[in-house]
Amino acid sequence: MNRTDTAPSPLVGTAVPRREDPRLLTGRGRFVDDIQLPRMLHAQFVRSSVASGRLTSLDLSAVREVPGVVAAFTADDLDLSAITAGLHRPPEEYVPTEMPVLARDRVRFVGEPIAIVIAEDPYAAEDGIEAAKAVYDVFPPILNEGTALAPGAPLVHEEAPGNTLLDVSLFATEGIDRIFADAPCTVRVESRTGRQNALPLETRGALAQWDAREEQLVVHTCTQIPHQVRTVMANCMGLDERAVRVVVPDMGGGFGIKCVVGREEIAVGAAAMRLGRAVKWIEDRKDALTASFLAREQHYSLRAAFDSDGHILALDADVVCDMGAYSCYPFTVGIEPLMASSEMPGVYRIPAYRVRGRAITTNKAPTAPYRGVSRPQYVMAVERVFERAARELGMDPVEIRRRNVITEFPYTGVNNITYDPGSYLESLDLCEKSLRDEGWYARQAEAAEQGRHLGIGYSCFSERTGYGTAAFAQRRMKVVPGFDLAEVRMDTTGALTVTTGTISHGQSHETTMAQIAADELGLELHKVKLHQGDTERIAYGWGTFASRSIAIGGSAVRRAAGKLGEQLRALAAALLDVPYEDTVLDKGRVRLRDDPERGLTHVELAEVAYLRADLLPAGTEPGLTATASFDTLSDGTFSNATHGVVVELHEGTGQVEILRYVCVEDCGVAINPTVVEGQCRGGIAQGIAGALYEHVTYDAQGDPECTGFMEYKMPTAAEIPDITIHHLETPSLITETGAKGAGEGGTIGAPAAVLNAVNDALRPTGVELENTPIRPEQIQLSLEQAAYKHKESAQA
Amino acid sequence: MSSNSTDHQLVSLTVNGTAREVVLDSRRTLADTLRHDLGLTGTHLACEHGICGACTVLVDGRPARSCLMFAVQAEGKQVRTVESLSGDSRLSDLQQAFADRHGLQCGFCTPGFLMLAEGFLAENPDADRKEIREAVSSNLCRCTGYQTIVDAVEHCATARRGHQKGNVQ
Ligand code: FES
Ligand code: FES
Repeated sequence: MNRTDTAPSPLVGTAVPRREDPRLLTGRGRFVDDIQLPRMLHAQFVRSSVASGRLTSLDLSAVREVPGVVAAFTADDLDLSAITAGLHRPPEEYVPTEMPVLARDRVRFVGEPIAIVIAEDPYAAEDGIEAAKAVYDVFPPILNEGTALAPGAPLVHEEAPGNTLLDVSLFATEGIDRIFADAPCTVRVESRTGRQNALPLETRGALAQWDAREEQLVVHTCTQIPHQVRTVMANCMGLDERAVRVVVPDMGGGFGIKCVVGREEIAVGAAAMRLGRAVKWIEDRKDALTASFLAREQHYSLRAAFDSDGHILALDADVVCDMGAYSCYPFTVGIEPLMASSEMPGVYRIPAYRVRGRAITTNKAPTAPYRGVSRPQYVMAVERVFERAARELGMDPVEIRRRNVITEFPYTGVNNITYDPGSYLESLDLCEKSLRDEGWYARQAEAAEQGRHLGIGYSCFSERTGYGTAAFAQRRMKVVPGFDLAEVRMDTTGALTVTTGTISHGQSHETTMAQIAADELGLELHKVKLHQGDTERIAYGWGTFASRSIAIGGSAVRRAAGKLGEQLRALAAALLDVPYEDTVLDKGRVRLRDDPERGLTHVELAEVAYLRADLLPAGTEPGLTATASFDTLSDGTFSNATHGVVVELHEGTGQVEILRYVCVEDCGVAINPTVVEGQCRGGIAQGIAGALYEHVTYDAQGDPECTGFMEYKMPTAAEIPDITIHHLETPSLITETGAKGAGEGGTIGAPAAVLNAVNDALRPTGVELENTPIRPEQIQLSLEQAAYKHKESAQA
Repeated sequence: MSSNSTDHQLVSLTVNGTAREVVLDSRRTLADTLRHDLGLTGTHLACEHGICGACTVLVDGRPARSCLMFAVQAEGKQVRTVESLSGDSRLSDLQQAFADRHGLQCGFCTPGFLMLAEGFLAENPDADRKEIREAVSSNLCRCTGYQTIVDAVEHCATARRGHQKGNVQ
């Protein structure tokens, strides 16, 4: 594509202040629950109290008697089609399952919605759900991998034998067994990660109202994928898609769990249509922790072969992902095992690779993609492999990584993925150098002399972002995400409105997208405004997930702005009677390249385009709008980073204290470095949370044990350390701006780095941990045992 | 919880300097009253069980969790919400510090942190970074990793102290 000829970029790459801040800081943000409509009703859901069973009767008569309750609907009352996500894979690999909007007879997890209660106020709605009487035939629940895969286990979905919904073997290098047999060093790692909650601070919610004038159901909801919510809602309700409008106001975080379609928003839409009144549902924290989408529970069995110099020769992997009770739309239960299987070699040159990936189903809340999707887990497992090999071979853990990271680009891996240029080695070197220069290695040695337990750990990873249609199509999804659209429109005052199909929920798109458009057109930032999150304003969008917004959506914005720039220049050239090539866009106007004094401002041009169409050159269309799409046909682009962590383990409590955290990240061109750092820090905090604190657990009956923030330990400012971020910049060759994605990296790198640091500190005890969250009791026990042994050997 | 929607009370309180009278169900929380009866939606709810601090407002100058208070408990009290912080169009120094230090991303937790910090700094103008970190650890933020929130509050405190000194001299 021909870029428009502009002055050098004054905005992209600079930390301009966030344009969303004044609104959010003064309490003028507008979140779903801030919207009130006339005669608005409030919904809550009656939810299954058993993990697995058959709903034999559901009596809502007492519910309907509760003062303030207006209606209560079961699955039979609403009669909606189920939500079905699919993959085009053969039956031996994949079993499609349905997720009903409200469970009709079979219930599969505690918290599954079985009825919707609508009342005049939220308090009455809560009273209402307590009056529901449900009777179940209770079945023994399947709550973990062991029971799910046990021979003869009860089935979560009748159609899925062995409780396995996906079972793929994507890669198997020929001769791999021979390599293992001959290798001088082989290591094994068994790594498990606990179930987590993505936990946006704003819970899910939806407000639906039938607009009789537009003959349209208008739904305000906090979703990362408004167009897909529209599709599913229309399908479930049997409506034309145009009869649904989805609008996303401000959104208080998403992190992935809002990039799938929930059943509650569909039920709310259906109830609003039934009742002819606006209906609002705001998820409470208990439901968000127990009945919303969860993430992360995975088990990696890895075996790796090394030569005696520490070069990895082969990796053999078995990945089991516990996806819970249902497949999420549009990604399906394939999202985690397919991600892990195809991307596990990561930043390393691994010549031989074999992998089996499985998605199993259990009687727990279903899972959705969560920031990083499988990469925090596989990076942790693979990084453990290198740490283990370094120990076996008596090598330095940084040196073994140095010998194995990809250094020449483009590099096509054993997984058939081509990596674009990155700074894998440079980031590792810089990260280690930072900690060394700050004296942490010396301090570690000192601490050891004093009997304290300091550990230093690293993780290296790259992160594919800019997944285009081609990359998602390889997953064989029935609906294939990947491209995105942008529209730009200049009004008669020369002000620009940019509309995107992506949707910010903390990532500052209002600022960064405007930076891109403003630069492309030579506009000042305040002349540009972003519209996002409204299915009526732009034909389609794939939304915001997979760190795709700037890489894909930002590229679309640049293209659309570029097209508009061409229109402006063509118009100016015609009006000034000069060749097109002689014009440039510069500071709010089009001027002559060689004569800066001569030109027309955007305002003058816009006036002609709209108000004086009589002056338009023959054949020129009136108005100033342009749309563009962007997609990547390659394998995407790869951000990369190295994280370095110093921890101290506290004897007596087993607590892990993070003393230092350094992140060297490379996301290509950083449109706004402040925003990138914010994304890194926030991501790292979530990664640390997964490594040390957060864990969704269930009791033996399948009752969730984390029903509030007392039980689900989300870290506070007391637990998350200050983090230093160093930026490297290897521009992407495939995006329009050179930017790569920056949303997920922090979360991907942190668990591995923290676990490696903890193991480094535990080195004298001989204990090596492989699972997260790391439990203080484990650490304490290891330290006590080591101290005891030490005393015994001293006495002997 | 039994339904008792006829149990209404008249509550008089002062919100952001204006005297207000509200008739409400005695079980209605202060948060819901502020948000839905008085239209002050800047105060957010993220847990409704007193842990996250998103709903923090000042009650008689002290940070309080408005999800844990019934509105009737605010009878006769002075309540301040995030809407009171800035003048007509200008951000307060504290709000500006949050903007300058990137102390917010999605902004959902932000009003709670602002009111917490406003109350905390009023009582502890000399707080150092460690004390600030400790104070803000009573609220939850999922986006920022907290460092920039601590930065913002520290920056504001330092600037206020400098300002005060400047006035004295
Ligand atoms: S909403 Fe009040 S403390 Fe969380
Ligand atoms: S900025 Fe999103 S929760 Fe704090």
